[in-house]
Amino acid sequence: MTATATAAARPAPKTAAPREAIKEPSMVKQKEMIAGNYEKLATAKAMGRKVASTFVPGNLNELIMCFDLVNNLPEINAIQNGLRKKSGQLIVEAEKRGQSEDVCTYVKSDLGMLAKGNIGPDGRPIPSPDVLLLSYTGCFTFMKWFELLREQYKCETVMLHVPYEGEGKVTENMRAYIVKQLREDVIPTLERVSGVKFDIDRLREYLRESARAEEDLVWTLESAKHKPSPIDAYFGGVYYIGPIFTAFRGTPDATEYYRLLRQEVQQRLDAGQGPVTPEGELSKEKYRLVVEGPPNYTSFRDFWKMFYDEGAVVVASTYTKVGGTYDLGFRHDPDHPLESLAEYCLGCYTNRNLPGRIDMIEKYLNEYEADGLLVNSIKSCNSFSAGQLLMLREIERRTGKPAAFIETDLVDPRYFSPANVKNRLESYFQMVEQKRRGAGVAAAAAVH
Amino acid sequence: MSTSDIVARCTGLFEDLNFVYAREWKAARPGRKVVGYMPFYVPRELIHAAGALPMGVLGGGDQLEVIHGDAYYQSYICRIPRSTVELGVTGRLDFVDGMLFPSICDVIRNLSGMWKIMFPKTMARYVDVPQNFRDDVGGEFYVNELNELRKDLGELCGRPVDDESLRHSIALYNENRRLVREVYAFRAAAPWKAPSSEVYLLMRAGMVLAVEEHSRMLGEYLEAALAENRPRRDNTRIVITGAFCEQPPLSLIKSVELAGCYIVDDDFMLVNRWEKANVPLEGDPIRNLACTYLHGSMSTSAKYEPDLSKKGLYLVDSVRRNRAEGVIFMAPSFCDPALLERPMLQNVLAAHGVPFIAFKYAENSGQMAPIREQAGTFADSIKLWSEA
Repeated sequence: MTATATAAARPAPKTAAPREAIKEPSMVKQKEMIAGNYEKLATAKAMGRKVASTFVPGNLNELIMCFDLVNNLPEINAIQNGLRKKSGQLIVEAEKRGQSEDVCTYVKSDLGMLAKGNIGPDGRPIPSPDVLLLSYTGCFTFMKWFELLREQYKCETVMLHVPYEGEGKVTENMRAYIVKQLREDVIPTLERVSGVKFDIDRLREYLRESARAEEDLVWTLESAKHKPSPIDAYFGGVYYIGPIFTAFRGTPDATEYYRLLRQEVQQRLDAGQGPVTPEGELSKEKYRLVVEGPPNYTSFRDFWKMFYDEGAVVVASTYTKVGGTYDLGFRHDPDHPLESLAEYCLGCYTNRNLPGRIDMIEKYLNEYEADGLLVNSIKSCNSFSAGQLLMLREIERRTGKPAAFIETDLVDPRYFSPANVKNRLESYFQMVEQKRRGAGVAAAAAVH
Repeated sequence: MSTSDIVARCTGLFEDLNFVYAREWKAARPGRKVVGYMPFYVPRELIHAAGALPMGVLGGGDQLEVIHGDAYYQSYICRIPRSTVELGVTGRLDFVDGMLFPSICDVIRNLSGMWKIMFPKTMARYVDVPQNFRDDVGGEFYVNELNELRKDLGELCGRPVDDESLRHSIALYNENRRLVREVYAFRAAAPWKAPSSEVYLLMRAGMVLAVEEHSRMLGEYLEAALAENRPRRDNTRIVITGAFCEQPPLSLIKSVELAGCYIVDDDFMLVNRWEKANVPLEGDPIRNLACTYLHGSMSTSAKYEPDLSKKGLYLVDSVRRNRAEGVIFMAPSFCDPALLERPMLQNVLAAHGVPFIAFKYAENSGQMAPIREQAGTFADSIKLWSEA
């Protein structure tokens, strides 16, 4: 359903004389971190280390680290394969082996990779997991995905069922249920698989570290409230959430990454600069948008270019909240470690009900003073997509701001139609212009 | 009463997209409430005990022209939510006081939130069920969820749901499920006497009729079907799986039968027989409902199977128990639960030497010729070449 890209995956610009993408210290740092985790995965068996596979929403990285397990995230592998334009053939491979053309392409990319020898995006082998930590958070497909993987790997699988916030709130029953599963099932299973005894103080330390990084992440995301925004909170945001959504939350590396990132963004703010794009700094911010839904990864750079070429900056996005809604105030709490992990899982974006999601988008449109909402509807992901047309209408009704709808897919290149997407975006930007002119005329009429 | 009289009554209920029966039931006494629910399971006993009529909402079928509903969904989302929205926005569900959306997939889950926004006067509630099957973990969670639902339904209906009322409702549903199981067993034993197109309508009637009335109807059907002589054909006995949410058009079920298949088991309406045995009447009724869910309910792809070695065996069991010769995977297009589950179930069947085919449908599929050909070829190939 979700996840993040990395600076390492950024493709080269499409110009006659290719130039190096501008890399700031935080990008270099993230690239090293990602490479380091793939290195850990590639050498895990040789080093006698055990591997856990899990998902981005409901990712219990701090807990996984308590057992010295290496964290493998199949969604990230699918994204990395998408960015490297490898996912298409993997999806076809999975379909040849009986997967329906109708279902999630993350799953099919992952199963296709497995069928073709489990060579990871960096060309090195992905080890078979020792445990599948099925954090069933905000996405029905997760459950089937890991059942499918379990069938292949025949390894230990432990389910953490995270109830859905159907009524728009977290109840004590939900929290207690998750904590009990952690105590009774998840922790004993991870102890058994890893041979490492659980130490709650170790977990507390990791959670303390997480909270530090979370502060700086939120500061970075909220910097987009400035005009011009120093960041793009969707295309750039995908990089910013990388460490905290994946195998690094709770590590000093992640804290350091967010410290560096904050410094860089602060410098851009001080200089009144816009976001950094693959082709350099965006000099003029023309449109401020909120985006709902994940990006397309197979044509990520081309997709982004359609925005920055028009001076469009995404100032807030819901996708950057699928691995945690830190901007709504949640922080991992070392004083209540298991309860805090439960709260974290419950609050992930797609685990919130539709009215709650609409409220968030409305808040973003107002607080970030955006011109409108763009929905990128993803064929693969019903968790995100079902109901988005109602969300769009509701947002237009509540805010009076224009909204638009485009359709792509996460990692299936067959569902990215650049001409159609570009055409829709151009029409949308015209609509925003028209709305502005209309507002200008109305304001002038009011003066007279 | 003959089977054709009963089937005519069921057909009338099935085709009535204005839900006249439920409207009349509600109008018959002031203060009555109707609570709708979607597939695959809700604890109907709680609705009944609150004094309300539980009413299954299974989309619009092939008779409803979907005009508004399509504006709410992308082309790659299944059809049942769009026809359900159509039923809602066209006022066909305007008498419904509450809607329950079970934990079956992300589409139905999100529809619960859409309903809250689109129909704010209707109580819309997502019904979560545990995926952890330990009494002290998932069981405790579900007991609390059921108590919460009990409170909400009591508030909706203006009277608290007490234990005695709930026990009474459980007893009525136990009896109903006993009869449902009996009809299924009868069909499996003599499918020529209980064609699936009839059994389907009979089970659909249970989605709208009051439970007492449906139980009477089931009893009458069994009696009538037993008494009637119908020609026995040399059909192939098959199990249908994957059709537990969006329903196939009736013509599709008839086409499969006409193609030479006796359907001896299916998962069309799981809610009618979700609990495999009686829910106990002694003790705490809520805990009994929860316990039966954990340890005595059917299997389907919306439910996690913690034990890899047991994965899909329910389907093999159904094949054996019902002496089926093959399985037809019949799933709605874009149905995540059915389509993601399918390859795993197919592997289990292959390992047990059970032949199968697969196709997709939508509730408004109109072209039956390809399905008839596929099902017919499957049936013939089993008859001609199976080892038995």
